[in-house]
Amino acid sequence: MQPEINVGRLIQHDRREYAALVEAYTDKLYRMALRMTGNEQDAEDVLQETFIKVFRNIEGFKGNSSLSTWIYRIAMNEAFMLLRKHKPEGYSLDDDHEDDDLTPREVASWDPLPEESLMSMEMNHHLSDAILRLPETLRGVFLLRDTEHLSVKETADALGITEGTVKIRLLRARLKLREYLNRYFREPGKENIS
Amino acid sequence: MSHEHECSHYLPELSDYLDGELSPELCAELERHMAECEKCRIVVDTTRKTIELYQSSSDSQKTPSDVKERLYKRLDLEGFLIQPDKPEANDR
Repeated sequence: MQPEINVGRLIQHDRREYAALVEAYTDKLYRMALRMTGNEQDAEDVLQETFIKVFRNIEGFKGNSSLSTWIYRIAMNEAFMLLRKHKPEGYSLDDDHEDDDLTPREVASWDPLPEESLMSMEMNHHLSDAILRLPETLRGVFLLRDTEHLSVKETADALGITEGTVKIRLLRARLKLREYLNRYFREPGKENIS
Repeated sequence: MSHEHECSHYLPELSDYLDGELSPELCAELERHMAECEKCRIVVDTTRKTIELYQSSSDSQKTPSDVKERLYKRLDLEGFLIQPDKPEANDR
């Protein structure tokens, strides 16, 4: 159960409230940053810089969105900034090519999924690998919506895009990931259905 | 409508269907289509499994303790760090 964070106390620089916020959000932000950047050092940088900016700018938090959405927005901006930094000069972030045909090509049934505790390192590697193949714009939407459980509106607020764009990108992200993972999880001997 | 055309007609509704946000009428229509279309049944099932895989692998993911220690140090909050073997923080 997530503790209630008191924004008023954060504005008064109450260190106990700071610590409660850090405790509540560290795991969420670190795993999101790790999936987003694919790099442990970058994820750590995102984590640290996010909290520094949250504390520095808390007085400017107007409550137009929830505190949680505001924190995710700062973290996503940090992650996008790092990803941009690693690209050759002049390159922008990978955008989704919306004219790509999304018609599923790989269609075969999958083995039953293992229990969470039985998920192997190899399986986790496949999941990380697949998500890093997504264009960054789709990756951000998928992570906020499907692993951090933000609503469509919260995801839109955190990324500064419309709810319609969230829905389109989410569908594209899910279908692309399904396609990437098909080769690892399809039942042995099962052929594609055409 | 041809069968393939029918499948691509339902593709944009897939996310809303999985999120339980599709209108009851469209939901019933899609389920009628899936009852006769193995391909769409598999696409829906494997997309649902894709989401579940990421959710279950994320929910259990913890931040490594050294990363946490450096974070609390950087934020000058070391006294509040809850160690796995120390259930109570020093100053809380």
